[in-house]
Amino acid sequence: MDYLSTLPLSGQLINLLAALVLLTSFMLLVQLRLVSVIHTFAWQGALVAAVTVIVAWSGHHGHLYLSALITFVIKAMFIPWLLHYHVNSLGLRRYVSAHPPVTGLMIASMLVVFSYYIILPIELIGDVGESRNIIAITLSVVLIGLLGMIIRHHAIGQVVSFMSIENGLFFAAVATTKGMPLVVELGIAFDVLVAAVLFGVFFFDIHGRVGSMDVDDMTRLSETRD
Amino acid sequence: MIAAIASSDILLDSVSGSDLLNPFAWLMAILQAFLFVLLSPLLSGWIHKCKAFLQNRRGAPVLQPYRDLRKLFGKEAIVAETTSIIFRIAPYIVFSSTLLAVAVIPLVATMLPTAAIADIIVLIGFLALGRFFLVLAGLDAGTAFGGMGSSRETMISSMAEPAALMAIFILAMTVHTTNLAAAIELSLQNGFVIRPSFLFALIALLMVAVAETGRIPIDNPSTHLELTMIHEAMLLEYSGRHLALMEWSASLKLMLYGVLISNIFFPWGIATELTVPAILMALLAIILKLFVLAMILALSETVLAKMRVFRAPQYLNLAFFLALLGMISHLVLEVHV
Repeated sequence: MDYLSTLPLSGQLINLLAALVLLTSFMLLVQLRLVSVIHTFAWQGALVAAVTVIVAWSGHHGHLYLSALITFVIKAMFIPWLLHYHVNSLGLRRYVSAHPPVTGLMIASMLVVFSYYIILPIELIGDVGESRNIIAITLSVVLIGLLGMIIRHHAIGQVVSFMSIENGLFFAAVATTKGMPLVVELGIAFDVLVAAVLFGVFFFDIHGRVGSMDVDDMTRLSETRD
Repeated sequence: MIAAIASSDILLDSVSGSDLLNPFAWLMAILQAFLFVLLSPLLSGWIHKCKAFLQNRRGAPVLQPYRDLRKLFGKEAIVAETTSIIFRIAPYIVFSSTLLAVAVIPLVATMLPTAAIADIIVLIGFLALGRFFLVLAGLDAGTAFGGMGSSRETMISSMAEPAALMAIFILAMTVHTTNLAAAIELSLQNGFVIRPSFLFALIALLMVAVAETGRIPIDNPSTHLELTMIHEAMLLEYSGRHLALMEWSASLKLMLYGVLISNIFFPWGIATELTVPAILMALLAIILKLFVLAMILALSETVLAKMRVFRAPQYLNLAFFLALLGMISHLVLEVHV
């Protein structure tokens, strides 16, 4: 008998979803077209919402259903819709990024191994039980999100990577604490929502001033450009 | 890898050591290989029928591949003057190496002496041997198409094999053996467990199987007149019984991958003991599994378009990457030290 078959069905499902979230965060790193990046981000949000539903169902935490609903509506529907709207109105629907995907993949694979070894001694601090492996995965989702912000040149791609960091943190919180107080969750949800709206304002502003969304073109301030 | 082989040797003694001397088990193994040979054209015919149905055609009858084979065996085999002996012996080597490969795979029963002798790395080796001679035969006649097909086949297989091995190693690490029969028995004992690594390995292996058997996104099996053909390009010079053997081994290989995938990832129904009801049950189960798998393949071939040849590396890289991700998620999520 191996470790996985000792877990209950809900634990197995959470493991599966953790692996799928890791897959989506790898995909966020390698995808070149902005539109497919946004689609993948929506899928990641939906997966995180599914984790919340499973935790709510297995632990009978009623308020987590509400949190799952908020997560789904905001991260899998509203923010992707908003990003699609920006991409459409800025005429970036056919934009293809030029960053090297294979290098990112190799670094990201190493980040997963790294975060696994970072998380291994966590049991010395306290009993985390089954969720230790999940924490390793979510930490690597966070790190891969950071990596995405570094290797992407396009502002919208960077924002999506940033939001995927938040997905990783939320996943860790739900899987380890079995649900935070509802006030905290509402706060986080609206933080993300406000961030998305603000980023949208900045997109238009940057596009209006610089004429491009590539961060390489933003090295000079517009006042000094003559 | 050496450790894996060594551990499979230990298991060979413990799991199925007694089977090596059991005459009924040997009979069963030979019968099962025959069943493979007998049923593989039927599988191809069924896939053709499904595809025809999805394309709103009536299609050829399901038994058409048998008729084609009979017709080809009855015809004279014409051999080009410029070819060497390799061209003539290649069909026999390809067919027999594929036959040896299918003898390793548990089709209806796991307690097989052949499965105890050879593990999954040997299986990959048999397939590589067959492919090597197929490629040589394509080059032998010296035509432009044959050489092109051979070089493409080599390119694709050199990238498909690492992905296949990586996917198989996920299985081997989960059940601690590379012996197929022992692996299937152990995963039956564990019952139904959702393993993220198996999901990734399944997708990777499906992608590899599609590439290796020359199906649509990579190669089109139903064309002889396309600049991008791969498998058919190597067979262009063959006729008569040689062509029949080549076609038969191609359909055998398709069934091999189908049985491998369905019995590794969905082992339920396979006979773990050599009794008549268990074997009949297993036969029914495997036919049902292949029936469903063939429909999925036909559906994917209808929905997908063939890729450019130079996009095949991307496709196979994706397969390898998924297998790698499966390995990572096995190590991170499924092992608790």
